[in-house]
Amino acid sequence: MPETKVLVNGEQRTTDLDPRTPLLWVLRDTWNLTGTKFGCGVGQCGACTVILDGDAVRSCLTPLARAAGKQVTTIEGLSRDRSHPVQRAWLVEQVPQCGYCQSGQIMAATVLLSKIPQPTDEDINDAMTANLCRCGTYHRIRRAIHRAAELSAAEARKA
Amino acid sequence: MKLGLGLFRGLFASAALLAGFPWYASDLLRAIPTPQKSDLSQQQSQSVRAFAAMATVLTSPRCLNCHIPGDAPLHGDEGKPHKELNIKRGPDGRGTPAMRCANCHQSENSTALHAPPGAPNWQLPPPSMRMAWQGLSTGDLCRTLKDPAKNGNMTLAQLYRHLDEHPLVLWAWNPGPGRSIPPLSHEQFMVKVKEWMDNGAACAE
Repeated sequence: MPETKVLVNGEQRTTDLDPRTPLLWVLRDTWNLTGTKFGCGVGQCGACTVILDGDAVRSCLTPLARAAGKQVTTIEGLSRDRSHPVQRAWLVEQVPQCGYCQSGQIMAATVLLSKIPQPTDEDINDAMTANLCRCGTYHRIRRAIHRAAELSAAEARKA
Repeated sequence: MKLGLGLFRGLFASAALLAGFPWYASDLLRAIPTPQKSDLSQQQSQSVRAFAAMATVLTSPRCLNCHIPGDAPLHGDEGKPHKELNIKRGPDGRGTPAMRCANCHQSENSTALHAPPGAPNWQLPPPSMRMAWQGLSTGDLCRTLKDPAKNGNMTLAQLYRHLDEHPLVLWAWNPGPGRSIPPLSHEQFMVKVKEWMDNGAACAE
């Protein structure tokens, strides 16, 4: 198989896996980045969401070939010390219950805030509805996204 | 008069050849001599009949699910709104800023059962030109399809190429498991498109 290079969390990774292999399995099984979760496997739940060149893609559906030469960010790469505004907001609001879907939720929220720094509730609905949470933490997710927007704005004012 | 017609034919042929439509140019050039009234009405009837066949494809779920007046695309053969995931057209037809069509829809169909279908540049028409066909009569669909103000600024020649080559159009005949294909094959469809255009792209009242 040809070698595929992907910039994952700022680090150049290579694999000779079949380019049709879902990115999720390359991340988890080959590169041991197990923070990204398998949920439904058909793009319906969002648990496997990672950031691919700025977009919140479903890694269970995304073939490795699509990520070739591109930047992928997983939950492990958001920050080294959980200092990313979305991670801090998630802690402050105590969002997770069982936690299984939360890395996907956080990655989707991060993309939302990168595109719309001060999202309305409707923006949040548009971006997050397809990320399911069986524990029903949706209200806390919404609060945490608004809080992350405030934290980011405060950081920007300081800088 | 002869010189004027010759010049027009020459210019038209050059433009058509540059656009890559030699068959279309030659067919149009053949059509330039003014037809008799009875020929015209016969041609129009043939064109209208050809469009009626085209319409069976254009109103199939594979086309109609995305050529919609609203903002939520439809899916499946039942045309169910894609609302379970709150999917919206967005400012460019490719979804909302953080929920893009391509977040799930890849450049080809997924091999996983019940997974989303895919083709390059999966999208709806943009909100500035919705190209909505839902609920139109055959005549109105015909007029919409050939009106550049409603069809994405396409001439008939460009429309022919779109229907013949565009990956999202071709996907309709390769939609993956669980999705019906249009009632005509793509080849049969294009024969009808050519017949419709060659006979004046006429529309039913």
